[in-house]
Amino acid sequence: MARLTGDLEVAEDAVQEACAAALAQWPASGPPANPRAWLIGVARHKALDHVRRESRRAAKEAAAASDGPRQGSLSQARVPEAEADDQLSLIFTCCHPALSLPAQTALTLRAVCGLTTGQIAAGFLVPEPTMGQRLVRAKRKIRQAGIAIRVPGPAELPGRLDAVLRVIYLVFTEGHMTTSGPDLIRGELCEQAIRLARDLNRLLPDQPEAAGLLALLLLTDARRSARVGPDGGLVQLADQDRRQWDAAKISEGRALVEGALAARRPGRYQLQAAIAACHGDAASADETDWPQIVALYNELLRYEPTPVVAANRAAAVAMVDGPEAGLAILTDLAADPAMASWPPLQVAMAELHRRLGQADSALAAYRHALKLGVPAAQQVFIDGRIREILSR
Amino acid sequence: MRYLFLLYGAEQLPESGTPEHRKMFEEYTAAVQAMADAGVLISCAPLQPATASTTVRVRDGETLLTDGPAAELKEQFGGYTLVECADLDEALKWAATMPAAAERMVEVRPLVPVEPPA
Repeated sequence: MARLTGDLEVAEDAVQEACAAALAQWPASGPPANPRAWLIGVARHKALDHVRRESRRAAKEAAAASDGPRQGSLSQARVPEAEADDQLSLIFTCCHPALSLPAQTALTLRAVCGLTTGQIAAGFLVPEPTMGQRLVRAKRKIRQAGIAIRVPGPAELPGRLDAVLRVIYLVFTEGHMTTSGPDLIRGELCEQAIRLARDLNRLLPDQPEAAGLLALLLLTDARRSARVGPDGGLVQLADQDRRQWDAAKISEGRALVEGALAARRPGRYQLQAAIAACHGDAASADETDWPQIVALYNELLRYEPTPVVAANRAAAVAMVDGPEAGLAILTDLAADPAMASWPPLQVAMAELHRRLGQADSALAAYRHALKLGVPAAQQVFIDGRIREILSR
Repeated sequence: MRYLFLLYGAEQLPESGTPEHRKMFEEYTAAVQAMADAGVLISCAPLQPATASTTVRVRDGETLLTDGPAAELKEQFGGYTLVECADLDEALKWAATMPAAAERMVEVRPLVPVEPPA
């Protein structure tokens, strides 16, 4: 519908009117043989009505008839193509880089996943009116700026695909960061992200990074129930009860990343998925193939040369070459004030100090992380570590 | 759909007659020529410096003039290009070819589709 009208707002209204018509008619007349086609037909009719009304109004108001995108795309209105293509163009439109990242994310959840404004607001911890405004502005910009609702051509596709993958990954991490008891909506974000990644991988089978992202999300999500302990605190990977890991998700993720890497076009999502698969294969932290993980991080740094990746690599180096080697890398990274004030870096340093039996340095780093501010589950974990050190 | 490119450049433009000025002129000429060849160019022009601006306000029927631009920006609004493109993606592609995009920035602003009175 959005592609027919070239306007997400008009499309949404038309579909809503069609649903209202169905609610009014179906109980009396019984549902039609093909409810989907019926709804699309009615919505299409309503949308055309709307556009005709609008263009008459515009004709009166303006000296000449408007030739905006509404009329343009209607006069070229194609016979509805395959549903897959419709869904793909909607995803790419919602993730258009001319929209801000928060707008892309919100719009994708609204228009592609069908979440309500209230659900999205709860997921991102912003007031519902704020989220409503964000959605209205995003839809308006698509119309006013003439963002076309279509799948980008082959030349633009790689860059545009990156934006889509980033949005899906962001939705997932937002849900994954705090998946403790009462935050059910946020767990729902993980489900939505996996569904989106699954759709994208199905629609773009020739893009190994799409498969890589799906693999990464599955492999990470497989550990969800083991990530939070009975006290609500985060459980470090090494201390997780691996029997709680979801074996089906791990094997699906592993197969996906192996298939993707076979295409020999690696990327950041495939490499992160490969690292997650190494963890998924290991019966314990000690039995993990750490040299392989370090090698994968070295490769990942080529695609994503960020201090965050370097910090994660340091934790793996500590497992191969000892905690001192890991600490040396982290200390170098902490020379950058922005990195020093990134709580996970302080926690990583604290963990290595702890393993080396350096109680004072460990305490200082844990407390530094708390002072910088961490999510509730992480705070419970750090409090536990501090108590453990002090009780020795 | 029509898009206005607002070209923002350095505060100090090269002196007329210098090689730098000639180079800038050639780069802009090549960029807008490509747009004309593609049939998307409607109009374009560099602007005189902001110091040549006069800002007009009418308050209670009285016209007030201020020497200078409406808003003091760090970047100089130095020129414009008006194009007709199929959609934003096409407009963004052309905007990226303007030398101002590499030097400072180009704002791509869609126009409301109304014709001026004849």
